[in-house]
Amino acid sequence: MESPVIELSGLTKRYGEFTAVSGLDLTIRRGEIFGLLGPNGAGKTTTILMMLGLAEPSSGRATVCGIDATRNPIEVKRRVGYMPDDIGFYEDRTGLDNLIYTAMLNRVPEAEARRRAVHLLDKVGLSAAADKKTGAYSRGMRQRLGLADVLIKRPEVVILDEPTLGIDPEGVRELLTLIRELSRDEGLTVLLSSHHLHQVQQICDRVGLFVGGKLIASGDLAALSQLLDGEAAYAVEADVAGWSDALHETLRGLARVTSVVLTEPDALDAAARPDIVTVRVSGTDDVSAELAASVVGSGASLLGLRPLRYGLDEIYHRYFEGGGNLGQLH
Amino acid sequence: MANFIKKLYPAYIPAGGARGDRAFSERSPSPFWVMVRKEFGDHIRSWRFVILLAIVVLACAGSLYASISALKDGQSANAASGEGGSSFLFLRMFTETDGSLPGFLTFLSFLAPLIGIALGFDSVNTERNKGTLSRLLSQPLYRDDFLNAKFVAGLLLIAVVVFSLGFLVMGMGLLTIGFPPTPEEFWRVVFMLLITVVYVGLWLNLSLLFSVRFRQAATSALSGIALWIFFLVFYGMIVSLVGNATSPADTAAASAVIRHQDLMMLLSRLSPAYLFQEAASTLMLPDTRTLNPFITQDQAYLAVNAPLSFGQSLLLVWPQVVAIVAETTLSFAAAYVAFMRQEIRSRS
Repeated sequence: MESPVIELSGLTKRYGEFTAVSGLDLTIRRGEIFGLLGPNGAGKTTTILMMLGLAEPSSGRATVCGIDATRNPIEVKRRVGYMPDDIGFYEDRTGLDNLIYTAMLNRVPEAEARRRAVHLLDKVGLSAAADKKTGAYSRGMRQRLGLADVLIKRPEVVILDEPTLGIDPEGVRELLTLIRELSRDEGLTVLLSSHHLHQVQQICDRVGLFVGGKLIASGDLAALSQLLDGEAAYAVEADVAGWSDALHETLRGLARVTSVVLTEPDALDAAARPDIVTVRVSGTDDVSAELAASVVGSGASLLGLRPLRYGLDEIYHRYFEGGGNLGQLH
Repeated sequence: MANFIKKLYPAYIPAGGARGDRAFSERSPSPFWVMVRKEFGDHIRSWRFVILLAIVVLACAGSLYASISALKDGQSANAASGEGGSSFLFLRMFTETDGSLPGFLTFLSFLAPLIGIALGFDSVNTERNKGTLSRLLSQPLYRDDFLNAKFVAGLLLIAVVVFSLGFLVMGMGLLTIGFPPTPEEFWRVVFMLLITVVYVGLWLNLSLLFSVRFRQAATSALSGIALWIFFLVFYGMIVSLVGNATSPADTAAASAVIRHQDLMMLLSRLSPAYLFQEAASTLMLPDTRTLNPFITQDQAYLAVNAPLSFGQSLLLVWPQVVAIVAETTLSFAAAYVAFMRQEIRSRS
């Protein structure tokens, strides 16, 4: 079972002069949730299409579940559920009919297909809308129906292309929770592409950053932030009332603290409490305890203390906006 | 066995182990037939089809009325002059008219392409625009199955419509004129309907091609209709224009005149509408002995003045039938190649 579920080696796709995906190497293990992250036009969808055998790579190999996706796409598609980024259904059919149709295309007998469809509709919370035509579905409902549609063939791997696109925050949260649960309960391998970083961050075990057809970094969050800074870094953010320069010096003098930076407060908070200062303290180790002690000891009041982890947003920014950094990272 | 495995690994059986597959394929139809079934159902339920059917049925009922009133007049005239006008009376129901409306055959050749165009013009591009194409093709089925299913479902529906119309007209005629068809007449009608199905299939394929080629359903419908009008109205005009321009002088040798006429025939017969007209009317009018416009005086004089048998009529139009089938196949091949070369992307 240790063999990787998805293995891409030297995968390249060229459209004439334009190279959409170049020399991609990627390995995804069984049961993992992998986030494919990148701006629009980075080649995410092209990569996914090549994994499904819907597009032919110019060179390289895509192996899914040990099957060559280019040579034997039917076998791959039997095992892989794919949800395209802008999923569509037959609008004059009901949600239930759409699911049954997909199941029957996978050679599931009709009675069994109906049983599964009803079960899945219940699971994604669409039981009430099962007999409504999909033309009347909202965007979020369509996305959830899409998830049921992907699962009805009982795949080993699920590939979701921009599953959260165009849904409201609550809908996104529900959908991601659903994906996470499914992955855990059924041991599914999930590949998720997105340009919404914090969403991916919530549920992915590992992410790959994809820019201009190249995978420039992959790993879990810690690995990515380490890649950025070159060393492990801890940062703490504190809200302090009664800030003084003396306190600033004290904090800077603490052991293992490398920098103390005043941050711009959020516009909303500043309006409410103008005397509160938010300060970001970075160190080579966790300095929260010492920090709290010094602040309180100096007579100022500590209103908030939170450890900072590099969010994908920051990583993303560092990668894309600090274009000069890119070369250094390799 | 399958049940046993299912109990052990409920989640994995349908994912496509070889055993699970075989167990399922015995009971469930192949994806191709599932698609055909769905397409067929979609067509039948659509408003477009109902409207189209209403138009065609009205046209057929009208032409039937016209031909029956013509036949009644003709019968009484024949009876008055003492001639036996009963030869192929049943077939004349399909062609004869009292002048108020065109006959059944004319109506059919005029409206049938419209059925083909209406069934096909949005079949591929709408699926693409609605995002169902990429979802469908990520299921375990061959890409060409999709297009084949569209074609087969359309053709099946056309066959059902054409044959039920034909039999409806036969039945109505039988009731009104009270004159049963001979077996020969029956087979002539059946074969004519068969040719009609192929002919409508040609237009279905053309509109499939347009729906693969054009991303907008409106563009594809318009190009289909434009082509239909072109062949129905303008092509004949263009051919006669070319004929006038290239016609040999009056003093030219007979061989030159014949060669020119052959060329004109060839040009006309490129049009599927012309081919269909020739094939269908020859089958319906057993008196037609040749489709060649030139016969020598001897041939005309010595020919037995009797209708051809069914086999001989069929032999006469066989080249036309082959040409229609060939054109149908060609247009399907074009649609097939165009579709297979296209990139599957969602909504782009």
